[in-house]
Amino acid sequence: MTDYLLQLINVALVLAVSPALVGLIRWLKARMQNRRGAPIWQPYFELRKLFGKEVVVSDTASWVFRATPYIVFASTLAVALLVPLVRIPVPVALGSDLIVVVYLLLLGTFFLALAGLDTGSPFGGMGSSREMTVAALAEPTIALAIFSLAVGAGSTDLGRIVAETLNAPTTVAAPGHLLGFAALFIVMLAETGRLPVDNPSTHLELTMIHEAMILEYSGRYLALIEWASGMKLFIFLSLLANLYVPWGIATSNDPAGLAVGLLALLGKVVVLGCAIAALETRLAKLRLFRVPELLSVSFVLALLAVTSSFVVR
Amino acid sequence: MQDLLFATLAIYVLGMISAIVLRRAAGRAAVAVFAALGSSMGAAAGVSVLVSGREVPLAPALSALHPQVQLQADPLGAVFLVLIGLVAVPAALYGFGYSKSYEGRYSLAALGVVLNALLLFLTLTVTATSPILFLFAWEGMTLAGFAAVLTEHDRQPTIRAATWYVAISHVGFLALVVMFLVLSGGDLSASFADIRTNAESLSPVALGAAFLLALAGFGAKAGIVPLHVWLPMAHPVAPSHISALLSGVVVKVAIYGFMRISLDLAGAGPAWWGGVALGIGAVSAIGGVLYALMQQDLKRLLAFSTVENVGIMLIAAGAAIVFRSYGLDELAILSIVACLYHALAHGVFKALLFLGAGSVLHATGSRDMEMFGGLSKRMPWTSAFFLLGAVAAAALPPLSGFASEWMVFQALLGGARIADPEGGAVMSVAAGALALAGGLAAACFVRAFGITFLGLPRSEESEVAHESPRSMRAGMGLLALGCIALGLLPSVIVPLLARAATGVEGRGAAVPSMQLGLALATPSGLSSFSPFALATMLLVAAAAIGLSIRMLQGPFRTRLSVTWGCGRFGQTSRMQYTATAFAEPLRRVFASVYRPLEDVSVDYHPDSKYFVYRITYASDLRQSFAAYFYHPLLLAVRIVAMRVRRLQSGSVHAYLLYVSLTVLLVLLVARVWH
Repeated sequence: MTDYLLQLINVALVLAVSPALVGLIRWLKARMQNRRGAPIWQPYFELRKLFGKEVVVSDTASWVFRATPYIVFASTLAVALLVPLVRIPVPVALGSDLIVVVYLLLLGTFFLALAGLDTGSPFGGMGSSREMTVAALAEPTIALAIFSLAVGAGSTDLGRIVAETLNAPTTVAAPGHLLGFAALFIVMLAETGRLPVDNPSTHLELTMIHEAMILEYSGRYLALIEWASGMKLFIFLSLLANLYVPWGIATSNDPAGLAVGLLALLGKVVVLGCAIAALETRLAKLRLFRVPELLSVSFVLALLAVTSSFVVR
Repeated sequence: MQDLLFATLAIYVLGMISAIVLRRAAGRAAVAVFAALGSSMGAAAGVSVLVSGREVPLAPALSALHPQVQLQADPLGAVFLVLIGLVAVPAALYGFGYSKSYEGRYSLAALGVVLNALLLFLTLTVTATSPILFLFAWEGMTLAGFAAVLTEHDRQPTIRAATWYVAISHVGFLALVVMFLVLSGGDLSASFADIRTNAESLSPVALGAAFLLALAGFGAKAGIVPLHVWLPMAHPVAPSHISALLSGVVVKVAIYGFMRISLDLAGAGPAWWGGVALGIGAVSAIGGVLYALMQQDLKRLLAFSTVENVGIMLIAAGAAIVFRSYGLDELAILSIVACLYHALAHGVFKALLFLGAGSVLHATGSRDMEMFGGLSKRMPWTSAFFLLGAVAAAALPPLSGFASEWMVFQALLGGARIADPEGGAVMSVAAGALALAGGLAAACFVRAFGITFLGLPRSEESEVAHESPRSMRAGMGLLALGCIALGLLPSVIVPLLARAATGVEGRGAAVPSMQLGLALATPSGLSSFSPFALATMLLVAAAAIGLSIRMLQGPFRTRLSVTWGCGRFGQTSRMQYTATAFAEPLRRVFASVYRPLEDVSVDYHPDSKYFVYRITYASDLRQSFAAYFYHPLLLAVRIVAMRVRRLQSGSVHAYLLYVSLTVLLVLLVARVWH
């Protein structure tokens, strides 16, 4: 029972911390670009403001448009419940499977893309079309990265993969591991709409992807979607951290271990957040039709990761 | 129980008779009732075989008729009996309402006969126990399908499609006859049990040839690349409830045949069999979905997506052969179960989507997606059902497509246990291909649903579209329930399918540890997931969010307004993204596959290039294999035919000479043979 409760606390953690992660990356970026930047907790104020506002819905839109924010938020919460964040193992009955996690996130993307088409706005259609293109091209990389992890652990169960890496610490430096990390990092940038694939801070440029798709959303709907994309970023980063550098994660329900696990998780996520901020300061956005090249780089990396994990095995 | 199948067959015959005898509504009702009754009884027989796990001889009354006519349902065939029932009952119900629009235009009697005949031959195919019976039923199925495709026989595309269909089907039929001759040592009336023993004494070369012939023969019917060209032509032009049967069931029966031969009758094959099947499956999966993405005809899109899903089934079947050749029986069984589950899941969701597309066709008179838009407000039921089917087809949790694709993934990931690095590497590439196909399918079904049902209507017909009558909605509703049930209850269904797999596997091997419970676990603990818990989580989370916003923020405040348009007024449907535009980025990315032909012509004002009168843009996709494979082939056939024509002098004397020469030749061959 405590296992399930602790897993629920995961969800609360993701809910509570993810806006701060978004704020942190924005603040770091501002600092690196010689700006003062808004405080880290600015996203909380924005969410509060958005929740209080009335919603304006296009009269073209159908029920799909209204249901989508809930579906996106709920699927992200479900992912938060499935993944190991602070401790392993995840209760078996939940089925903490990596493939399930990936496809649950795709479920959210699927409905966001539909909502983009629902209002009949050209921006929405543009965003949907591009988002689905990027999502489709990112899938094979994810599958191969999963495969390379599964070769080592003999399972796609997240808890088992983490436990396996903890048991054999040398695998962290194995080439398959490093290549897989690089591949998944690129895919993470694409899936969470960061530079150089998409620019999270533009509105109304013809280059944007995610922001074009959700252009018609306002009020509580927008708040739910923004919050969900923050959670998605947090989950992706903590998965990257826990799958490839699992140290510090608690293996029992001992309070001290859990505290260490929490601190370790936050530390790792902050480091990855700094990396994103640095990248976004250094890199310019790629042209849309250069993005497939970037994703094929990640695909080749993942393929190499699988091959080398077979050879090293 | 044994006579249940006899009753099923008899009911189909009654259905055919009533189609001829009765007129109008009575005829349509009788056809639907008999088809639904017969197929549900067949499905009941299938379920009882699966639950008992034993082979059951069926319809003994028929074998009294002639000793050669032996029907039997073993667990593998039973799965497909169930599939026929799952799809045919809703399709028949739907057909009652749908075929009303055919009254006075086309022959309802022919349509009713064809529907029941198709079901009859499908049932015979999966219960036949000898090659001769199987081939008879198979050919009957082909011809019934041919007649079904020809329903709207006064249109040029229909005739073209039917010709392609029947031509490729018969090339496939030839391959099957030769394959059975090889396996049975020349005796087509031998029983399957005899063939099983005979195959053990065959040389690896003969078995390999039989395998390739089976792949080609069944692949021609299943629509594997490059034998699929007829499928996207033929499936869309049939009446929609028949399209549902063609894509949902007939194609699966070809998969049944392939599994029957490659996993059962031909014995345990070497790994290269599986490799070939995996490769062709991966090419079909990606090729099918890539072309599905580019279609503007909604039913054609669905037909191409069938090619994709056949590819996925073939990947799973190929993986089963590979695993068995390495002695990894548990994984082989997992692969077979995944293949069968995907056959069920795809049968149900593809039938649902075809019926949904049929409702749209019924309401607007068009299949062209560029004419649609905004239908979700005009056809709320149809759009909800179609969305459900689209989510399942995109393999998203917690619906049926995800459950089966998850198992295929798990099976492929099990490839890491193969000792040879090559074996594992092939599996990993197949997993990558499967993931790409899955991602593209998600894009494809966002496009299919979003462009058709959302946004503003792009034509007057869509503007005034109406919801379908009750019988059609009921048919779709049943299939939608099927998608949900297959998505949520794999842990109940999988152990039953595992019986079919063990029957195929080793005849009497133990059922592997497929856990029965809410969660679905793979054998020897690869991983597990619980679709039930997942669905609960999603529902609870969505409800909790809504409630907590309401409690914290008070009542929802919502205002309706026009879509924001950058300062312009008057949103029209011409400003929306079109189906073609939606797929444009992917068309560019995969330009080397599509080789699009584009033609832009601009009319300028005679005095200045800056004033444009009109821009015409035309674009077409070439199907590379059509250009490089079928065109030369057809050309060669034509040249040969021209030469052969010289023999046709029209003179009776010459023909008599031919006849006597042929007889002489046959006698000589027979003499040399013995």
